[in-house]
Amino acid sequence: MKHLLSIADLSAQEITSILDTAVSMHEVQDRDVKKLPTLRGRTIINFFFEDSTRTRSSFEIAGKWMSADTINLTGKGTSVSKGESLRDTVLTIAAMGVDMMIVRHPASGAPQQIAQWVDCSIVNAGDGTHEHPSQALLDAYSLRRALGELTDRHVAIVGDLTHSRVLRSNLLCLRKLGAAVTVVAPPTLMPSGIASWAAADGFAVSYDLDAVLPTVDAVMMLRVQRERMSGGYFPTAKEYAVTYGLTSGRLARLPAHAVIAHPGPMNRGLEISADAADAARSLVLDQVSAGVAVRMSILYHLLAGEGNAQ
Amino acid sequence: MSAAHPQPGTGREVLTGDDISRALRRIAHEILEGNKGPDGLVLLGIPTRGAPLARRLARTLHEVEGVDVPVGSLDVTMYRDDLRTQPTRAVEPTLIPAPGIDDRVVVLVDDVLYSGRTVRSALDALADLGRPRAVRLAVLVDRGHRELPIRADYVGKNLPTSHSERVMVQLGESDGGAEGVRIAGPAPEEGR
Repeated sequence: MKHLLSIADLSAQEITSILDTAVSMHEVQDRDVKKLPTLRGRTIINFFFEDSTRTRSSFEIAGKWMSADTINLTGKGTSVSKGESLRDTVLTIAAMGVDMMIVRHPASGAPQQIAQWVDCSIVNAGDGTHEHPSQALLDAYSLRRALGELTDRHVAIVGDLTHSRVLRSNLLCLRKLGAAVTVVAPPTLMPSGIASWAAADGFAVSYDLDAVLPTVDAVMMLRVQRERMSGGYFPTAKEYAVTYGLTSGRLARLPAHAVIAHPGPMNRGLEISADAADAARSLVLDQVSAGVAVRMSILYHLLAGEGNAQ
Repeated sequence: MSAAHPQPGTGREVLTGDDISRALRRIAHEILEGNKGPDGLVLLGIPTRGAPLARRLARTLHEVEGVDVPVGSLDVTMYRDDLRTQPTRAVEPTLIPAPGIDDRVVVLVDDVLYSGRTVRSALDALADLGRPRAVRLAVLVDRGHRELPIRADYVGKNLPTSHSERVMVQLGESDGGAEGVRIAGPAPEEGR
């Protein structure tokens, strides 16, 4: 494994191996000395052309805890803002001898394109509305910790599906791990061609959250991405919250064992109520904690093995 | 180190399951003698096969002394110096028992001592976890060919080998089937 560009590139066995390694990495977070020598001498660039709190900081912490030299770059602080092309910028960085670039970019497919330009490992940290593989892996890790093996577990993914790269990665990841998935959204936020997509990838589609909730083991609420919306996808925020939000009433109707996930950042009061976000069964902070462990595992699998040295 | 995965029936048997039990019983007594009792002991097995060996030693110590010696496991994968020359290895859990290792006598337990590099990795891992009063090393088999100035304090069996031979340890907990230690060779080059 040299790159992590899409969950589609991973086998179920590779996903499980990453999650299993993350279990061991999670233990490091509880140590007084949070440091492993594994990636000493490796250089990792966090190259983020979009805002990020969790992903960027957790990749940086993961690299630092594994003794890699991690450097943060944003689009604003580079020569891209002077008009330099993306290709020239990444070739320039690669020429400095970095071992890995962790790339977030508003254009779908940018990390794949960069992987063709340079020899170092590329990690897709979110590209447009395409994929966010490390988020899907940490979501699966958190769900597996809460529910055990995910085979035949029912996960509902609810909300702004049209604009969600997390949806695409999570669908692939959860299906590969044997989970049953139902996607739920209003018609305006359901991706076009969803029926043929669902038939091909083996998931269910629903427009009725209340009908799906009683059957779930986990419900994953997705953020309404207003920054990507150019038109009116729903009449009012209140109407969306009432129809598709995880309200206090719906929280009470969830099966007792079911857990709540949200990749963050949350719009409290819109897709998820404060009661649901802060509930004991909410995995929101567990997901953040798992993010570091899973990203440490990703770095290990991409950089530590034979043939991964530059 | 991790011994080669055993293939039942291949090679020459050098220890039977009963021999392994007897060796562990002797090692348990030697640990108690060297430590003047069980006080302050912590057993840490190095996965894969060191972990069940450590648990067996702990059981034997309980039978002999009537006390529960803390037992855990210490994965050293992230501390290995050959990560770039070997395929990515599966990482096993590190489980440090509740009392921790500070100011305790840690007995590292492994199945085969060979180059000494695994033990070197384990010493580095321990340094990140705390400061033991002393570190001891117990191994089921010492096959020689050390590449570092490391020796075992407690040895089940000294087994002269050539580099081209494989030492295969089979334990019920990790491998199933009949227990024993076999030696076979020559073999393809493997991680040491």
